[in-house]
Order: sequence, then C-alpha cells, then structure tokens
Amino acid sequence: MRHEVRFSGYGGQGIILSAVILGRAAALYDGKYAVQTQVYGPEARGGASMGQVVIDDAPILYPEVADPDIYVIMSQQGFEKYGTRAREDAVMLIDADLVRSRPACRAYEIPATAEAKTALGREIVANIVMIGALVAATEIVSREAIERAVLDSVPKGTENLNIKALKRGFELGERACKP
Amino acid sequence: MSASEWFREDRLPHIYCTGCGNGTVINCTLAAVEEMGWKRDETVFVSGIGCSSRAPGYILTDSLHTTHGRALAFATGVKMARPEFNVVVFTGDGDLAAIGGNHFIHACRRNVDMTVVCMNNQIYGMTGGQGSPTTPPGAISTTTPYGASEPAFDLAELAVAAGANYVARWTSYHVKELTKAVTTGMQTPGLAFVEVRTQCPTNYGRHNKLRTVPAMIEHIRSHAMLVEKYNRLTAEGKPIPEGTFTVGELVRRSRPAMGVRR
Amino acid sequence: MQGNTACAEGALAAGCRFFGGYPITPSTEIAETMARRLPKAGGVFISMEDELASIAAVIGAAWTGARAMTATSGPGFSLMMENIGYAAMTETPCVVVNVQRGGPSTGQPTRAAQGDMFQCRFGSHGDYSTIALTPNSVQEMFDLTVKAFDLADRFRVPTFLMADEIVGHMRERVTIPDSVEATSPRPLAEGSLPFEANENGIPGFAPFGSGRAVHVTGLTHDERGYPDTTDPEAHDRLVRRLVTKIESARRAIADYEVMNPDAETVFVTYGAPSRTVEQVIHDRPGDSIGHLRLRVVWPFPEFALKEFPNAKVFLMPELNLGQMVREVQRHVDQPVVAIPKIGGELHTPAELVSALEEHR
Repeated sequence: MRHEVRFSGYGGQGIILSAVILGRAAALYDGKYAVQTQVYGPEARGGASMGQVVIDDAPILYPEVADPDIYVIMSQQGFEKYGTRAREDAVMLIDADLVRSRPACRAYEIPATAEAKTALGREIVANIVMIGALVAATEIVSREAIERAVLDSVPKGTENLNIKALKRGFELGERACKP
Repeated sequence: MSASEWFREDRLPHIYCTGCGNGTVINCTLAAVEEMGWKRDETVFVSGIGCSSRAPGYILTDSLHTTHGRALAFATGVKMARPEFNVVVFTGDGDLAAIGGNHFIHACRRNVDMTVVCMNNQIYGMTGGQGSPTTPPGAISTTTPYGASEPAFDLAELAVAAGANYVARWTSYHVKELTKAVTTGMQTPGLAFVEVRTQCPTNYGRHNKLRTVPAMIEHIRSHAMLVEKYNRLTAEGKPIPEGTFTVGELVRRSRPAMGVRR
Repeated sequence: MQGNTACAEGALAAGCRFFGGYPITPSTEIAETMARRLPKAGGVFISMEDELASIAAVIGAAWTGARAMTATSGPGFSLMMENIGYAAMTETPCVVVNVQRGGPSTGQPTRAAQGDMFQCRFGSHGDYSTIALTPNSVQEMFDLTVKAFDLADRFRVPTFLMADEIVGHMRERVTIPDSVEATSPRPLAEGSLPFEANENGIPGFAPFGSGRAVHVTGLTHDERGYPDTTDPEAHDRLVRRLVTKIESARRAIADYEVMNPDAETVFVTYGAPSRTVEQVIHDRPGDSIGHLRLRVVWPFPEFALKEFPNAKVFLMPELNLGQMVREVQRHVDQPVVAIPKIGGELHTPAELVSALEEHR
C-alpha cells in the first residue's frame, strides 16, 4: 500500500531530517521501499520548509508525492503553503501551539514543541517528538524501525535525549488518537 | 645527458622565427633540468597555447600541450595526482595573464610545487602581434595601431602578491642568471615563477622601431635594472628612468606548499 | 542514501582517485562527499577556481593514470565545453557528471531539467563523439557512475553521467556491492605509437611516467602525437576515427530496457521521466503500453526502436522542450510525439495518461 507523507514547518526545525529518518526507518529497518524528496531552497533558517516520503511495500515507480495521505505540520506558514489542500481522508498531525488553522481532514494536535521545551528541556528535539507521535498515530513504520533510524541520524551524545523525545512522542500520539 | 639530448629530433625544424627569444629560454630551462638531475620519465612539461606553449612539443618527455590559458590548471591536476613528478609549465604573457589570469593567481595561492617559466614578449605572437596585458603603454601592435592605451601587468609582482614561493625575473640576454634562477626555482618547494622578458622581432620589434634582433635585445637589456639597485634608488628618492623593469630574485620564501613530493 | 552521494560512492568503488570540482547546485553533494572520502581513500580532492580549471585538472590527473572525475550542473557544464573537446581530441578517459537543472543561464538552480542532452553530445566545437548515461534512480547513480568509468577507460573518451536534480537529490535504498569490476585502458603495446589505434579505433594508453615520452596535444596530430595541422588527410583520419570508435561500438555500449514490445503505443524515455511511465504502465495492467528506457543515450542506439515491431506511435516525455525526440524522429517512420515539460517538476502519471489517450 502506497503512503505519501509530507512534513512541513519552518527552516531549522529539522523538517527535512524528519523525512529522511522516516524514509530510513521504512527502507532500511522495515523491509519496505521508500523515496524521500524535498523542496530545495534558501530556507536553511526560517521560511517554509518541506520534505516528503513515499513508502510502499512494492518498489516505488513514480517517486514524487502528489497527494499525501499523511501530513506533519509544524508551522502556520507550512500549513498555508503545503497543508491547505489536504484531501478529506488524509490524516494531519499538527504542532498545536505553532499552527492556528485546522484542516478539513482528521487532525491530531500534538504539543511537540511545548513538550520538547518543558518536559525535555530542548526545543530542538520537537521534530523527534513529532515523529514519535506520527508513528504511534499511523503505524506507518514499526516503533523498532523508527528508533533505529533516529539513532542513525542524530549527533553522538544526544541519543538518550532523542530516544526520550521519540518515546514521549509515542505517548502523545497514542493519547491524541483516543476518542 | 646534455641539454640537446632532451630534444625530440624528429620534431625539428621548430616553428620559431629567426631571432626569437624562446629558444634561449627553452635552453636555459633544460640546462636547469640537467643541473637538477631530473629523470626524463619523471619530468612532465605542460603548456597552454601560443608560441611559448609549443616548447613542450620539442622536448623528449611526457608533455601536455593544452588549451589557451589553462596550462596551470592541467598542471595542477598532474602534480596533485602524482607529486613524484617534476612539473614544468611553459607559458606566455597572453596565455598566462589574459585568458589564464585567474588560474595564474590561484596556482600561486595554492603554491603547487611546480616551475612556471613565462616567455613574456609583450605581444600575442602566434596570432600575428596583437596587444596583450603586458604590452607597454604606447607600443604599437595590430590591435593598438595608435599605441597601447591600457596599463600593463607586472607578472612577477603579481606572482609575489598571489603567494608563489619563488619569483624571479630575467631577460633572454641574461642567460646565466636565468638558468640559475630556474634552477633555484626548481629547488624551492612550492610554485616557482620565472618571468623572462624576451624578444619577438617579427611581431613586436618590427612595429616598434626595433627592427633588428640585436636592437631588440639591447632595448630589453637596457631597460632592466637589478631589483637591489631599484630598491636603493627608490629608497633614496632618486628618479627611475621610464620603462625600467626590475630583474633578479623578487621573493624566496617557504609558505605552505601543495603537491610537494612526499 | 541521496542520489548525489550514491554517485560519489560509485566513483570511489570504481577506483576514482582524483576529483577536481567547483561548487554548484544541484551537484554539490558529490563534491562534498568526495572531499570527505577521497583523502581517506588515498586520493586527491581539489576545489578549483572555476569549472574550466576543474575539467583541466581532471584531464591532467587522468594522464597520470588516475581515474578522475568532476561534477557540475548547467552553467559549469557550459564552461567545461572547450576542455571536453580537448579530452575528446586527446582521448583522455575521464568522467563528467552533470546534475541537470533548469536553464538557460542561471535558470532554476534547485529544479530538475534534462536540457543539456544535446550539449553533452555537440557542445564543444568540431566533430567528435562521446558517451552519455542517464540514471533514473539512486541505485543507478551508483551503478552508472561505475559503468561510466569503465566506458571512459575502454573507449578513451570523456564520458558523461547526465543525471538531473530529481535523481541527484532524492533518497532511496541502495545496494553497494563489496567490490566492483574495473577494467583499465588497454596499455600501449611495445612498438606501437601513442595514438596508433587498434582495429576498434582505440589506441593503447601510456600514462605519464610509463617511459614512453608521450606528447599530448589538442592540435590535430599524427599517430606519434605530433602536431600536423595543415594536412587534410591527417585531420580527416584522426577526427573520423574519434567519431567512428564510438559510433561503430553503439551496440556494445548500448544499455536499455524494453517493456511490452508488442505494444502499438510506445514511450521512449531516459532519466527521471521513465519513473512516471513505469507508474502509468503499472497502474493500467490491462493496457498494452510499450516502454523503451535508455540508460545510454549517446551514442544513440537507434536499433533499440526496432524492438517494437507493432509500434504505431512513439511518445517522448522529456524535461525539456524536445531534445532527444529529434533523434528518435530521425530513425523511425512512425509519428514521434514530444511530451515536453519544463519548470522543474516531473511529469505526473495523470499528464502522461492524458497524452497517451490523445495520441494513441
């Protein structure tokens, strides 16, 4: 089953890295196929950044994301630029404190940045909290796979912090899915 | 081995005009190579385009006769890939300072361990005598029929400023000094730049009232001033005659160099 | 792994030990990977002052016997053209990667295009032939880079990896073999002249330091390598051989995939658009749609078009306003329809389906 996942936020939040981590979890640790692409631009800091991943059980032919079924949105500008046209049966995870708007599709509010700042003490891991919530809410990849992919991708010495952030994300994701 | 044994005899006769200074420069360079005791199989001559750049074609080693202006970039590839090679670049004023100016300053900045001998005849000789970046103001060429109006580059000073470890300037008259300078340059790790003011009787002298070869050589010789004397006169505030250029060793130093044989 | 990284890894696996380059989007990750990896592999990375110098240094290094490469995009590729001709004339084996972006001029630095397909074939002045490969996946960024080195050495010709921003920047899983087979150029036989060709039109190679005192020149030269610039026969003999050694080996160099050879409607693709065509074919299992996917576009394998005996129309989606479509048109009697797209985005499956329905 083909899934198209789009991440958007502002430059500096680790949006592209989130897409890379998700793709890596699927392709290297879950035995699936994945293609990660992104919009290249000058948005290293600030501006609307966007990264996306196609995940499938079969080899991926058309590599681009055309109509995502899963969104992860971490800024208002990111929502406006990349999230407004979400189809009705899509799922959108939203960083509740950073995005004012709400989509027509199902939305899960995840206080990732607030959680990273207060409970974890480092705002920079907000994207990892969000990835945890994404995996818990959608089960698009296994928790084991995403954990390994996170460990592959973060700087040495920050592994514990990032795993803590990921697990906190799992909890937030589970809580958000409960009716 | 004598200098003549470095020539490809099956390439003779050469293309240089009667009275051309390039042969003198090639001879001096080969005498320096002899002095260094370099082996033929470990020595590579590289050049760009122009009269000067035909020189490697007459020398019996591996040689790379490349595109206009790019000799130093090609030579950088050769030397960086195989630092055990001795690399010598023959170039001219048009090749080095006009189309190849950017490669010139960057090769000096990198200080790649090679020897660059520039035959500066102040003209594009091969194409028939057009003005180059070293054509002196007022000189007549086919593209400066009313006298050159642009200031000229001082190639040796450019190399000093850009960072070459060894820089000297001589003329085709100063055969012994030139040979010694090229040898010293070859001995100095890093980029050695030797500018040689040389005569082009066909395309420069003919248009500038220097019709005979001796007249041209005398013109060059009489405008050369030892750098020590030049510095002394300048320090004393004494006048320097118009058209004077310095000769001698302008710099010898040991900035970090690249591609030095390990 | 990213496509550009896979290209660098392919080069390293193939034994590339010299990289001279200049940063340019969207190829820069290749240089960055080489800068990090080459010194540890006993090789040399050098950031040159411009692309003219980059290709020059690569050719210089290649003549020392090193496998050498540079990577660039449109503007840099344009600057390299003169020395690419020099490499063709002097039969220097080397690899040039062009991760194509939107042009002309500075154009769209971060968006994909296939606008340099004729430039890689005809961009330098004079007559010559080269080889150009077109990857459509991250895996092929690795595999075809390896192959490019091989072809460059076998045919003593500058060889191009004509990628695009899509395959350069996308990330996919890559399988990297423990080792790859690498052929060296055929050595120059004792008693042979440095530019004396064998029956295939290819001379043996004596890199600098072999003791053969080879003179290499971009001037028209004889078999000794000596300039001979006025004899019409010398020029004709040399340049005709430079072209023929590649064109006569079209079948040996060819690399392509054929899907549904019985189809009446046939897509012809190379590079990223082939992925969309594969998607369309996959999504319409009952529909007979042919697909010829080229991994080598130059020398052009016109015989591959004959693999579709029932073809009534050929459709060519390209990320340009119609380049390789001219080459196909020249070789078949059937209509050949260009499906051009510029602006930086890949054709979508829906776009190709509507083209299919319009033209079949």
